[in-house]
Amino acid sequence: MRKKWNFKLEFVGLFLALLWLVPFYLMFVNSFKTKREIFTSTIALPGLWNLENYIEAYQELDFLRTLFNSLFITITSVLLIVLFSAMGAYALSRAKSKFSSVFFYLFVAAMLIPFQSVMIPLVTVFGRFEMLNQAGLIFMYIGFGASLSIFLYHGALNNISRSLDEAATIDGANRWQVFWHIIFPMLKPITVTVAILNIIWIWNDYLLPSLVINQPGKETIPLKMFFFFGEYTKQWHLAMAGLTLAIVPVIIFYFFAQRAIIKGVSDGAIK
Amino acid sequence: MRAKSFSYWLFLAPVLIALSLVVVVPMLLGVYYSFTSWNGIVTGSFVGLENYTNVFKDERFMDALWFTVKFSVVSVIMINVIGLSLALLVTSHVKSSKLLRTVFFMPNLIGGLILGFIWQFIFIKVFASIGEIIGMESLQGWLSTTSTGFWGLVILMSWQMAGYIMVIYIAYLEGMPKELLEASEIDGASTVQRFRFIVFPLVAPAFTVSMFLTLSNAFKLYDQNLSLTGGGPYNSTEMVAMEIFQTAFTQNVFAYAQAKAVIFFIIVALVALIQVYFNKRREVEM
Repeated sequence: MRKKWNFKLEFVGLFLALLWLVPFYLMFVNSFKTKREIFTSTIALPGLWNLENYIEAYQELDFLRTLFNSLFITITSVLLIVLFSAMGAYALSRAKSKFSSVFFYLFVAAMLIPFQSVMIPLVTVFGRFEMLNQAGLIFMYIGFGASLSIFLYHGALNNISRSLDEAATIDGANRWQVFWHIIFPMLKPITVTVAILNIIWIWNDYLLPSLVINQPGKETIPLKMFFFFGEYTKQWHLAMAGLTLAIVPVIIFYFFAQRAIIKGVSDGAIK
Repeated sequence: MRAKSFSYWLFLAPVLIALSLVVVVPMLLGVYYSFTSWNGIVTGSFVGLENYTNVFKDERFMDALWFTVKFSVVSVIMINVIGLSLALLVTSHVKSSKLLRTVFFMPNLIGGLILGFIWQFIFIKVFASIGEIIGMESLQGWLSTTSTGFWGLVILMSWQMAGYIMVIYIAYLEGMPKELLEASEIDGASTVQRFRFIVFPLVAPAFTVSMFLTLSNAFKLYDQNLSLTGGGPYNSTEMVAMEIFQTAFTQNVFAYAQAKAVIFFIIVALVALIQVYFNKRREVEM
């Protein structure tokens, strides 16, 4: 009886998985169709798998450059968030004082502030100092990414015994050496979580780049996608090819790192 | 390390400066500006609560707020029901468990803006062509009415977030002591009873976390709203985050938009704290 039940579940599961993939299927097959073909048959496979839409979308999106911008901003921001948050959390966890607990709660409380509440002054202040550019954007990501990252690192650091710090200090290591050679390597599992959570939101963020990046040629993928799609809503075949191009890097990343990603997300939510 | 030492401040400085300049200072400035007639360039005069009283008379804002509340309630229920069901499904000894997790989670890696565009295509083109084939008039012109726009957003969000919530429920389900379930099975508890009295209480903390995440995501939704319906038709599917953006950057009334943003912050903070408070209390009782 058990076996039969499982078979049914298996069937339900696979059916749901197919259902989940339908939007991607529709995007993919329509990206090969002509304008006319999308109109006459939206669901069927394309008559000809021709790549013309891709070539045009690739050029319109200035795809390589846009991809590079996204990679540059995401990687730089995440590296700095990881380094600075680990350092900050290390200070907060090792020096127990009033300062430390005030700062810690400040970081945690900042998580409750929706972006829209700081958006307008943020843009005007950064505008005044001519920081509405890639460097300004990366700086902002550090500020917005700090809260959750500090919170996660702080929890992990409290589980690392201080006697390690002391032993290393006695052996003649200074603060930075203790942190960099002993503590930071021990934080590797939580670093993976912090990095993954930040990669996901920074890579996909649209609103902040739309406010900060004004120079042509500096757009990230979501930003470029927005303008691209707006121009091509009547030309669905190009729009679908553009969306598929935008998704491919993510799918490749997911393919290689899926275990770490799913684990990172669940660890991030539990701690 | 002591709080007074130089290295303490050196370690803390980068992240503290970033948070201060990006969150703390803009927040304080924003609260100050919301009491003035600031236009983005000139601070203007102090107007007291005028901006705030105007917000409550602003029909477009109140409509957006009401739409956001309705959307949040419906999508939180949908996402949690689907997310928990998927979690129960993939943890129940199905062979394709790994594959299923990968598939259900996938939408979360792709940005809300892009997902919104994909679904825009589905609702407008694919629905229309299915409607033509099976002769259902009601499938034409999806997203062009307020109610289909509402359900479009709910469907998009459920499809996207259920996999994320599933991952959280899985973590708690897998941490559940197996002996409890086995013992109850031997004692003759039915599936429903086991779910009601064992599984459900044990995943209660997951519910707190996932409800916090879904609720705050739904309340702050912007990208999907922008790319799926763009707020249309006639701003009727516009949510609070988007309404504030429009007030600030399309109509250029900065101080007024900022007052809305402060109200938005208070609502989000209250909803989040009340929700956590009640869920935590429920957890303790169980």
